[in-house]
Amino acid sequence: MVTILFELALTFYFAAAIVSVMELFRGTKTTSRFVLTFAVIGFLIHTANIIARYVIAGHIPITNLHEASSFFSWCIVLLFFFLEYRYRLGLLGSFIMPVVFILMLSSSMLPRKIEPLSPVLQSYWLGIHTVLAFLGDAAFAMAFGIGIMYLLQEHYVKSKRLGGLFQRLPSLQILDEINYKLITLGFPLLTLAIITGALWAESAWGSYWRWDPKETWSLITWFIYALVLHARLTAGWRGKRAAILSIIGFAAVLFTFFGVNLLLKGLHAFK
Amino acid sequence: MKVLIVGLNHKTADIDIREKLSFNGLKLEDGMIKFKGLPEVEEAMILSTCNRVELYANVSDAEKASMSIKGFLSRFHNIDMAVLDNVLYIYDDVAAIRHVFRVASSLDSMVVGEPQILGQLKEAFEFALEKKTTGLLLNKLMKKAISVAKRVRTETRIAENAVSISFAAVELARKIFTDLSEKSFMLLGAGEMAELAARHLMNNGVKEVIVANRTYERACELANEFNGRPVKFDEFPQEMVHTDIVICSTGAPRYVLMKDQMQKVMKERKQKPVFIIDISVPRNIDPKINQLENVYLYDIDDLQGIVDANMLERHKEAEKAERIIEEEVETFLKWQSSLDSVPTIVALRDKAEEIKKEELENLINKLPELGERERKAI
Repeated sequence: MVTILFELALTFYFAAAIVSVMELFRGTKTTSRFVLTFAVIGFLIHTANIIARYVIAGHIPITNLHEASSFFSWCIVLLFFFLEYRYRLGLLGSFIMPVVFILMLSSSMLPRKIEPLSPVLQSYWLGIHTVLAFLGDAAFAMAFGIGIMYLLQEHYVKSKRLGGLFQRLPSLQILDEINYKLITLGFPLLTLAIITGALWAESAWGSYWRWDPKETWSLITWFIYALVLHARLTAGWRGKRAAILSIIGFAAVLFTFFGVNLLLKGLHAFK
Repeated sequence: MKVLIVGLNHKTADIDIREKLSFNGLKLEDGMIKFKGLPEVEEAMILSTCNRVELYANVSDAEKASMSIKGFLSRFHNIDMAVLDNVLYIYDDVAAIRHVFRVASSLDSMVVGEPQILGQLKEAFEFALEKKTTGLLLNKLMKKAISVAKRVRTETRIAENAVSISFAAVELARKIFTDLSEKSFMLLGAGEMAELAARHLMNNGVKEVIVANRTYERACELANEFNGRPVKFDEFPQEMVHTDIVICSTGAPRYVLMKDQMQKVMKERKQKPVFIIDISVPRNIDPKINQLENVYLYDIDDLQGIVDANMLERHKEAEKAERIIEEEVETFLKWQSSLDSVPTIVALRDKAEEIKKEELENLINKLPELGERERKAI
């Protein structure tokens, strides 16, 4: 049952991603409505899947890489709906739904077994720490998509060739503003995730910080986004620079999430 | 029952002839009534705009009717028939239907794809409806033309891109800034084209207008006109610190703004984006400025390039539109021929009814022994 829900959600996200990419080549009102409809159906099924896992496991289902990746996608889709509702940016889905699909696909390839929680993880910090971290990461994922849109649109305007997606992409200003807002949303969430993580580490392992790879990489990510905000406020690093930095930042997020778990061993590595 | 069009447009007639033949103001009503009064004309409608005058009619004999309409035009506007022969075009039946659809869809316009003509056609149709000069055929034709035009607009991208320099500038401004009404705008110098573009921007609502000119009096004059604030010419680089859009056309023979100056301005405005339109020839803004981050500099050739590309795009889309129109002409013709067969169907049905009645009477006469009940049953 849990598996079927997951596969169904994956299928609908796949449909949304395919239509959203098609939209880049030939977009009408109907195609964007399809993207949204598929994403909404996928999201509802996905929500049911997460609730089902919660009920079966008895704790928040973010305890292995499959669950984490799935929850990460869920947060991104949630944020996508919010932005779509608030700003109605043309083509946003085309730059976000493929990311969601890839995350879900990698989640689908990871072991899904629900296993009993090891004693160290049994704490209310589990829910707080992970949810904060993934909401923050979702904001960064969104900033990544928006950053790519910005670079594309900026390329059209700067090179004075106004073909392609120029007409359908939003204005540079709105893209830059939303990018900034997303980072100001993601940054405090990441900060809180790091703080709650430290507190949890203290209660579970007896020390706040141990320089395990996940911690180190979270700190690197934190510094990148701190730089984005600082440079913007002091030196006016907006627009193109902010967009490029938000793409680099998201690469760090992905590495912290996948790279550390798969390549480096540490306390955070899921079993 | 045939559609007939007698008309002229910007391609066949100069402005002075179009003026003479136009039905504006009170002339329209008078003209429509006289036009409808022609014995060969069953339904009538007149479309009169700056670029075209067209008379639509439902007639049975196109040749006779077109002669009579020409005569009417000549009398009404007091113009020699020979002059009319040179400028008028006449379409009937299929060609006429196609022409109306093309006009409504703005394929026959001076600037292909510009949407005003549809509004003008609707108005003309409404006026005709009000005066009750149209009937079954023209009503259907006009309604269809309006829906065809809508279909063309939604299914092709014929009216999507700007095809004038000032429109292109506004369109660009909209893709750089979200909301022009919170942006300030500077007019630097004043050429005709610059003023036009400025006016266009103002129509889209900007927050503040600053006018700089070599002669301060002229700046004040223009500031008055645009409801803006005049500044001394030497102060304009300082003003650029809080200006988001600049239109420049000073007539100076050299650059009035250099890259290093602009760099300082950008630093002071914390890299907030600037859109500069340099309409002057020779150019007044150092083109290297476009290399600076968050500065978007367009000169007249850049804008013209965009307009040309958009125009090309429109013509490509126009080909798609022509195909849609052919389809719609077919459907209209089907409707029209179904209309022609209506009287035939009615006649056939009457005939059948007659035969039935006759046969029944014969039958009853042949069977005199039938009672009242049996007869009724039959």
